[in-house]
Amino acid sequence: MPPIEFTVNGRRQSVNVPPETPLLWVLRDNLGLTGTKFGCGIAQCGSCTVHIDGAATRSCVIGIGTVAGKRVTTIEGLARDRSHPVQQAWIAEDVPQCGYCQSGQIMAAAALLATTPDPTDADIDAAMTNICRCGTYQRIRTAIHRAAEGV
Amino acid sequence: MTARTEVTRREFLQAASAAGATLVIGFTLPGCAGPGAPAGPPLEPNAWLKIGTDESILVIVDRSEMGQGIATALPMLLAEELEADWSKIQIEFAPADPVYNHRLFGMQATGGSASIRAAWTPLRQAGAAAREVLIAAAAQTWDVDPSACRAENGAVTHAGGRRLTYGRLVATARTLPVPTDPPLKEPKDWKILGTRVPRLDTPPKVDGSAQFGLDVTVPGMLVAVVARCPVFGGTVASFDAAQAKAVPGVRHVVQISSGIAVVADGYWPAKTGRDALAVTWDEGANAAVSSASIGRLFAQRAGRAGAQARHDGNPDRAMSGAASRLDAVYETPFLAHATMEPMNCTAHVRPDGVDIWAPTQFQGGVHQIGAAIADVPPEHVKVHTTYLGGGFGRRFELDFIQEAVETSKAVGAPVKLVWSREDDTRHDFYRPGSYHRLRAGLDTSGRPAAWTHRVVAPSIMARVFPDTVQNGLDGEAVEGAIEMPYGIPNVHVDYVLTDTGIPVGFWRSVNHSYNAFAVEGFIDELAHAAGRDPYEYRRGLLGNAPRYRRVLELAATQAGWGSPLPAGVFRGIAVHKSFEAYVSQVAEVSVTGDGTVRVHRVVCAVDCGPVVNPDTVEAQMQSGIVYGLTAALYGEIGIERGRVVQGNFHDYPMLRMAEMPRVEVHIVPSTDSQGGVGEPGTPPIAPAVCNAIFAATGTRIRKLPIGKVV
Repeated sequence: MPPIEFTVNGRRQSVNVPPETPLLWVLRDNLGLTGTKFGCGIAQCGSCTVHIDGAATRSCVIGIGTVAGKRVTTIEGLARDRSHPVQQAWIAEDVPQCGYCQSGQIMAAAALLATTPDPTDADIDAAMTNICRCGTYQRIRTAIHRAAEGV
Repeated sequence: MTARTEVTRREFLQAASAAGATLVIGFTLPGCAGPGAPAGPPLEPNAWLKIGTDESILVIVDRSEMGQGIATALPMLLAEELEADWSKIQIEFAPADPVYNHRLFGMQATGGSASIRAAWTPLRQAGAAAREVLIAAAAQTWDVDPSACRAENGAVTHAGGRRLTYGRLVATARTLPVPTDPPLKEPKDWKILGTRVPRLDTPPKVDGSAQFGLDVTVPGMLVAVVARCPVFGGTVASFDAAQAKAVPGVRHVVQISSGIAVVADGYWPAKTGRDALAVTWDEGANAAVSSASIGRLFAQRAGRAGAQARHDGNPDRAMSGAASRLDAVYETPFLAHATMEPMNCTAHVRPDGVDIWAPTQFQGGVHQIGAAIADVPPEHVKVHTTYLGGGFGRRFELDFIQEAVETSKAVGAPVKLVWSREDDTRHDFYRPGSYHRLRAGLDTSGRPAAWTHRVVAPSIMARVFPDTVQNGLDGEAVEGAIEMPYGIPNVHVDYVLTDTGIPVGFWRSVNHSYNAFAVEGFIDELAHAAGRDPYEYRRGLLGNAPRYRRVLELAATQAGWGSPLPAGVFRGIAVHKSFEAYVSQVAEVSVTGDGTVRVHRVVCAVDCGPVVNPDTVEAQMQSGIVYGLTAALYGEIGIERGRVVQGNFHDYPMLRMAEMPRVEVHIVPSTDSQGGVGEPGTPPIAPAVCNAIFAATGTRIRKLPIGKVV
C-alpha cells in the first residue's frame, strides 16, 4: 500500500491507510486535527465540511485516495488567531451554542463568501445546508451578512 | 428530575470550604504571574473560585455546557458579587465531587432547565464571600476600617485613594476567615447580571479548538465501535470475530453487556470491523413490537381509567349537563434526541483507578458507574467533563459510559468508544410516544364547564427513579396537563402507564412536549366550537393565571394579532408553562397546494423571572423553537419488528437554514420567581403551528408529525 500524499493547511502530509478511508478520519485519527467533526457519515449534516482545492466538501464520504495531490484546508487552517471575517462575524454575533457543528458551518460560509461576496438570503439558503441541532440558523444568517460587509 | 434535597446555606458553605481544601492538590493556574506580582498559591474561598496572584479569576463550572450558555451564566453570578474584572475570567469544568451536587436534584447533574435556579443564590454568595475577604485583606494591609474600602473591577480601593488589585491581595486574604453570611448586592447595583455578556466559549468554538468528547486523545488510546442487538432488550446468542479481526487495524473483539465491541487503531477500522462482524442475536420479548401494535395498545389502554392526577369539581356531572361536548384524540410519536455529536466516551481503567472523559450531563452517575465496573473506590475515579455537542437529556444516560468503561477494562488500554449516527438513532432513550383522550363540555355561552384529559404513555421515571412512581402515577408524565391553566371549574386528568418495550428518556422539555400539544390544540378546538377568536378565548380564561396571560398578550401584541397578513399566511397561538417559565408563541404559517407547511415567522414572549443574560434567553428560545419545530414537522421514530426504522438524517430529517422561520423573542421584565430557559421554548411551537394550519386550511392536526397537510 503506497503512502498517499496531500497538503493540509499548507503542510505536506503522507499517510499509509487504505485509500477508501474517509478524509475525515485521516484528519481526526491520523493527523490529530479534531476541529473537523463527525456527525452522520453520509454527507447529510455537514459537520465535517473542509475545503478541497477551495471548494466546500463533506469529508466523511471522500476516500483519502481521491485526495492525493490535493490541497485541504480545515478549520484549524482557515486563519491565524480567528481573524477570518467569518470567524470574526461568528464572534460578533455570538453564533455558537453547543458549537459542535460550527466548524463545518464556518467552512461552508467561508466557501460561499469566496465565490459570492455579497450573498442574498436565497444564496445563503442554497449554500448553507449544514444541520445545527441547537437552531443557530438565524444568527448564522446574520453573521454571514456581517462577514460579507467585512470581506 | 425532581427536587430531592434542599441544602441549607450553612451546610452548603461548610461543604464548599471543605471541598476547596482538597481540590487545590495538583492544581496550577493557567497563565503566568504578571510583572512584579508575588507568585504564590491562589485564593480559594470556596469550591467555585480560584483567584491567582496573576489576577486570573478561575471559575469552576459545575454544570455541563451543552449549548445553553451555562459556562458563561454561572461565572456571571460569581463575577457580579465579586466585583471582578470580567476580562480576567477563565473557566474550568468541575470534577465529580458531592460539593457540586445540584441543589435541587441532590446529585451532580445538569438538566431540568434548573441550573440557574439552583445556583442563583449560592453562587452569588460565593462571589460575595470572596469579595468580602479581599476587602478585609486590603483593610488589614492598610490598617483601615473595612467599611472605608470598596471592591470594584478587580481591585479594592480606599477612600484615601489607595488601591490594590485582587492578585496582590491573595496572599493576605488566604490567611483570613471567609465570611459565611456576606451581603448580596441590590439588583439596582448590578453591572453584569441582566446584561448581554458575550459567551466565554465562543472563541474556542469558532477555530476548532473546543474539546468535545469525541476529540479526546489519550496516549495509547484505541477506538471501539459496538455491535448491539437491533431489537430492544435482545442479547448476543453467538458471534464469530474472524471477519472483524481480518480488518487491518482491528486489535480486539470483546463481548460487553450491551453487545460486541470491536476495538481498533481508529474509528474507521473499528467501524469497518464492526460491520464485518457476524453476530446471532436472541431478539427477546420485543421482536414483534411495531408502531402499529403500540398504537393499538395505546388506544385500548385509553379505554380504562388511569391514575388520578388532578380532580376539580364534578366533571362527570358538568359534562352531562353541558350544552355541547367535544371529544378528541391527540397522538405523538417516539422521538430520538439526535445530538450533533454522537454518543461517545473515553475511559482508561487501570488496577489502581479509572479516568473517564465524557460529554455527560450526569457526572455523579459517571463517577458511580466507573467505580462499580472497575471495582475501585470512588475516590479513585476521575471524571473529566468535556464540552457536549448537544445534550437535550440524552447525555443524562449512562449507557455509553458503561460501554467505554467495560471495554477499557476488557482490553486493558484506554478506549474511546464511538457511536455511529445509526447507532445513535437506533439505540436512544426516546421521547415517549403518547396518546391523549380529551373531552370538554361547553355551556350555552361557549365557556368550558368541564375538561377531562387522559394521558396514555410509557413512564420515564419508572425506569430512572422508580420510587417516584406511586400507585401508577408518574407525575412527570402528566406535567403540563395537570397545570392546564384555564379557568374551568370541573377538571379531571388521569394517567395510564403503558410500557411498550421501547426505552424512553428525558428529551428537551420532556413530557411537556406532548402535553402542550394536546392541551393547546384542544383549547383551540374549544375556541372554534364557541365561535370565538382563539387568542381572546384563551385570554378570557386566564384571569386567574396572570403570568400566562401576560406572555399571551405580549406575544399577540408583538405579532400584531388580528392585523392583516400576506395572502395565504395565517396565525396560530399557544401558551405553556414549563420549568417555571411562561412562554407564548404566535406562528405565521402558510400551506402550499401540495400540503407543504411553511413557517415564516414566530413571535415568542417569555417570562422567566430575573434574567441573567438576555442574549442567552433569546438564543435558548430560538433554539427551543427550532428543536420543537423540527419534531412537529418531521420527527418520528417508527418501530418495525422491534427495531427502529430510521437511521440517519436522510430518514430522520432536521430543520435546516432554508426552512428556518424568522424568530422574534420578547422578554417580560419580571421580578417574579425564576424559571429556566433551556427547555420552555420547545412545548408551545407544535400547537402554535398546528393551530395556524387549522386557521389556514380547516384541518385540525391531532397527530404528529405534521408531514403533508392533505
